[in-house]
Amino acid sequence: MDKEVRQSPAEPAVHRPLPHDSAVKHVTGQAVYVDDMLEPEGLLHVYFGTSPCAHGRIGKLGLDRVRQAPGVVAVLTAADIPGANDISPLHRGDEEILASGEVHFAGQPLFAVAAESRDAARRAARLAEIDIEPLPAVLDIETALERESFVDETHEMKRGDPDAAIESAPHRLDGVLHMGGQDHFYLEGQAALAMPQEDGDLLVHSSSQHPSELQHLIAQSLGRADNAVTVEVRRMGGAFGGKETQAAQWALLAALVADRTGRPAKIRLDRDDDMISTGKRHDFRTRWRVGFDDDGRILGIDFELAARCGMSADLSGAISDRAMFHSDNGYYLPAVRIRSYRCRTNTVSNTAFRGFGGPQGMLGIEQVIEAIAAHRNLDPLAVRRVNLYGGDGRILTPYFMTVEDNVLPELMDELAEAADYPARRGEVESFNRAGGVIRRGLALTPVKFGISFTTAFLNQAGALVHVYKDGSIHLNHGGTEMGQGLFIKVAQVVADEFGVPLEQVRISATRTDKVPNTSATAASSGSDMNAMAALDACSKIKRRIAAHIGAEHGVAEDSVRFDSDGVWVGAQRRDFADVVLQAYLARVSLSATGFYRTPKIHYDRETARGRPFLYFAYGAAVSEVEIDTLTGEYRLRRVDILHDVGRSLNPAVDLGQIEGGFVQGMGWLTTEELWWDEQGVLRTHAPSTYKIPVASDVPDAFHVRIWERGDNREPTIHRSKAVGEPPLMLAISVHSAIRHALTSLAPEGVLAPLDAPATPERVLLCAERLRSGA
Amino acid sequence: MPTAVPIRFLLGDELCEPGGFDPHTTVLEWLRGRADRRGTKEGCAEGDCGACTVAVGERRGETVRYRAFNACILPLAALDGKQLLTVEDLAEAPRPGAALHPVQQAMVDTHGAQCGFCTPGFVMSLFTLHHRHRNEPDRPVNRSVIDRVLAGNLCRCTGYAPIVRAARRSVDAAGPDRFEQQAGRTAQRLAALERGDDARFTHDGVTWAAPRSLAALLEWLRECPDARMVAGATDVGLWVTKQLQRFETLLYVGEVEELRRVELTAPDGPLEIGAAVRYSDALDLLSAHYPGMREMLLRLGAEQVRNAGTIGGNIANGSPIGDMPPALIALGARLVLARAGAEGGIETREIDLEDFFIEYGRQDLRPGECVARVRLPLPRPDQYYSVYKISKRFVQDISALCGAFHVRLDGERVADARIAYGGMAGVPRRARAAEQALLGQVWSEDAIEHAREAMADDFEPLSDWRASSSYRMLAARNLLRRFWLESASGAPQRLVVGA
Repeated sequence: MDKEVRQSPAEPAVHRPLPHDSAVKHVTGQAVYVDDMLEPEGLLHVYFGTSPCAHGRIGKLGLDRVRQAPGVVAVLTAADIPGANDISPLHRGDEEILASGEVHFAGQPLFAVAAESRDAARRAARLAEIDIEPLPAVLDIETALERESFVDETHEMKRGDPDAAIESAPHRLDGVLHMGGQDHFYLEGQAALAMPQEDGDLLVHSSSQHPSELQHLIAQSLGRADNAVTVEVRRMGGAFGGKETQAAQWALLAALVADRTGRPAKIRLDRDDDMISTGKRHDFRTRWRVGFDDDGRILGIDFELAARCGMSADLSGAISDRAMFHSDNGYYLPAVRIRSYRCRTNTVSNTAFRGFGGPQGMLGIEQVIEAIAAHRNLDPLAVRRVNLYGGDGRILTPYFMTVEDNVLPELMDELAEAADYPARRGEVESFNRAGGVIRRGLALTPVKFGISFTTAFLNQAGALVHVYKDGSIHLNHGGTEMGQGLFIKVAQVVADEFGVPLEQVRISATRTDKVPNTSATAASSGSDMNAMAALDACSKIKRRIAAHIGAEHGVAEDSVRFDSDGVWVGAQRRDFADVVLQAYLARVSLSATGFYRTPKIHYDRETARGRPFLYFAYGAAVSEVEIDTLTGEYRLRRVDILHDVGRSLNPAVDLGQIEGGFVQGMGWLTTEELWWDEQGVLRTHAPSTYKIPVASDVPDAFHVRIWERGDNREPTIHRSKAVGEPPLMLAISVHSAIRHALTSLAPEGVLAPLDAPATPERVLLCAERLRSGA
Repeated sequence: MPTAVPIRFLLGDELCEPGGFDPHTTVLEWLRGRADRRGTKEGCAEGDCGACTVAVGERRGETVRYRAFNACILPLAALDGKQLLTVEDLAEAPRPGAALHPVQQAMVDTHGAQCGFCTPGFVMSLFTLHHRHRNEPDRPVNRSVIDRVLAGNLCRCTGYAPIVRAARRSVDAAGPDRFEQQAGRTAQRLAALERGDDARFTHDGVTWAAPRSLAALLEWLRECPDARMVAGATDVGLWVTKQLQRFETLLYVGEVEELRRVELTAPDGPLEIGAAVRYSDALDLLSAHYPGMREMLLRLGAEQVRNAGTIGGNIANGSPIGDMPPALIALGARLVLARAGAEGGIETREIDLEDFFIEYGRQDLRPGECVARVRLPLPRPDQYYSVYKISKRFVQDISALCGAFHVRLDGERVADARIAYGGMAGVPRRARAAEQALLGQVWSEDAIEHAREAMADDFEPLSDWRASSSYRMLAARNLLRRFWLESASGAPQRLVVGA
């Protein structure tokens, strides 16, 4: 550490737009991901073979040719797993590491092969002679509902009497919306490296959002205690929820091979296999009935959500819950029923993905709003405004939580004005009246997103902070870095706590032997929870130092302040390093763990009531598109976003989350289409067939602002708000704008029946239906 | 077989003769393995995500031109005589505190990296933009140029906005970087690597050969009719990385001088395009002669793919969804095929391009024969010609369908109509019934309606993940309408991509 830098006064780091801590390493190629690590001597490479069939009984697993293939060292099947053959995060035993008996989706791993090279392992894996007796497969939501094939209990929220409210309303409508899933398409595929240690212990490097769960599942599969396994995660090349539970299977295979052979073992999935064999965002079918008044004000509403969960529960229960929690988005629903079915299908088990059901919930209500607007011939923005939370008694959610922090009315007003919404809506409509091939659409949509894990016990976090006797600081916490800037944010908080320059805080890899029993880095909660835990650790160390130094100087402990220009002991300024060294010599402990549990939250499933969220994050977006009514192609012309992140810990990082989240959401709703064939085999499993947005899909007029008035009424870390997931749903404005453009082809009062993703094909076929009056 | 002539190239500033490698080895595999350069990442191993983007320098007279390539599907042996730059080469030294290249600094300053995994690829694409801007300062670097340079690089974190900002900033701030300063010397070093003989070697029973003349190529083909011809490897690369295919002989056509020419044999044509001409090298010329082809060419693949892929490759692989065949068939292209003749001579035959495609997976190609060049009539002033590509994503996507329209009017009436589609059948095919419906008719909405109906006799397209049969049919008909609207109004009736 540079002594001069260390002793110069530090500028407070929190609230500054500092670059990602690994920025220079990223741009020079020096940032190390799992597959970049120096390969240990004797490394084995692991690959796997999968079921070609969506549902069936395994007859014969002919692996002789695999075993005899060049370079092969070991072949493992379910029978070779010493402990539990289970990767269910909820310990339901409904998803195996390697299938035994039956297979439940095409792409399900059947065996693992370890070889001297990755190429040899991949080649060998293809030599298996797999004999599976096919069984009838349930592939879609409709069939699953018919057969009552579910992974979890149906859940219902209800407030008031929605049936009566709808019946007695002046206007009534109903509809159905199909939403596709989404592949995470993290650029770094799934990867893990397992290294044998003394006593048969394992050290596992993984690209995982959830090291503690991995640790436990590996130990469980080996029949060992958790303390025999250490998992380390330095960074991920993107995750987005796709490495919350989905990293486990691959780390387990590497661990099983390492355990079996005593040699280090690495696995890295090819992109196609990654997309075929890992879970995705859930596709949903939402049915709704609504009653409303002349102004478009909703009086009663009934939602039926059905999610395609795939072959196992995974996190589908919580994801479906979150879809229900967001079926109101920012709108007050006076009488409401939300019922959610969690459909079991013979497809890959769908999983967490940024938004975690929230996007699907919101897309439903936004379609309802637009149907009402079309029916009443109103601007959808006007219908949105009259339905927002606020006003007399209009503050209770369908799950009986009071919305205390609603900022949508003012935020939407500010955005509408900044984006010149009313004038542009007029321009768009007059452009469309000209009747050309190209039509335009404009939409403003809001986002209200609840922050906290809805499973209460997950809302806990730990940190470990060491201050070394030279004044340098080592920071560790349970959160993982996947590019979202968590590490820099927590380091900013810690630097300011001690009043030291940011460079003095060393960020270190997440490890289960440093901070135990962590929750996944998920639910946007990473900085909310881990920064609070780190703050707690800092406070402990500071208190110990203050007690000692205060006593030495004869001042009270609370008169010792850690400021950016040094440690103030009463009126005397001391260098941080001096104070630290003095404390060390006086045998004061300079290391502490920190802990945080989110306050106030609870939810009772029996009554479907509670406060599942500590607070809400808000935002809104205006998107303008044009569509080609001969081909269904479209372009995004302009986007304006205003998003509330409270008081931003790092505006550069937060802006990146907002921009990136929006574009990812746009992909989900436009070009990203998952296509299964009639046998239930995914046919879009590579970037050649699965199309995420590219640079040219993002318009030059992309005006993204953090809301200056943003605050958090809850005492979160420096009054910031979570930002990981909420911006994704700003992209609903793009879908709505496409629908608006299509509506110019529709008879008055008719809503363009546009499902998601709005591929050019869906747009054109929707245009055809409208033109033909069908 | 003749004795081995091993390949060699510059890796950064170092002369490199890798030796002893399987000719199937890709640049990426080699970089991350034996070269111990793990800054370059694998995102897809099929040339579609750009995480593995590297810059390849080729001598152009006294200087060096750098272009972006996907290392994941680029055969290592194709680097013979070139310079390879990876992300590790750009900064003064690959260690903390070393001066960053302007594109790297711009990426840091604009927060252009989040997870960082795609970043090395973006950095290399931006490097080629920076380099091109320094060499062609008069060509503006506007948003559509930036979009084009970045079209082959996927980022899942940032939403691209900061990377676009970095592109602008790095170009604004551009001074000569050290590659520009050393360009003269590098060109000399590359010149010293040039040679008259053909690179060839055999490893583990697999042979790589890179003949430098058509006669030599055909001789190889005569001796090994089953040799796998490799041009840009944008298809063959995937057979290796995804299907794990192996071939006994890889015959690289990228060095065959005669196949790399584009020339006007006479002032009024035809235009002759060698089979190994890459899209990037043909783009300006084709766009100048056939403006209606330009948009399709700019949406075909991405920069990395157009820098590698060849027009001959797009034809020879017989894909039903290649974009060049319909575009060329509509123009009345002829195809020249060549094979070794008697006494070291070359035997050629010429066919209509459309006749080359017999049925799905089967082309009119005889043993020992290769696609040599395409012969294109120059456009006439009384004709309209447009090519429309339809894909799920606007750029860098394989077409759901591609329609090429070529109509010549005699007064008000249609004197000649050639309409060809990709994606509508097992091969690129003309819409003969639609053409017939137009011939002799007044070029009007009525005629178009009849032709649209007649198209039912032309095609029964497939449903797959790119589009359903009904969408393909409807869009194919609508493209004809678009063509008529545009020819009648003289203005685009579609979404216009950046100029």
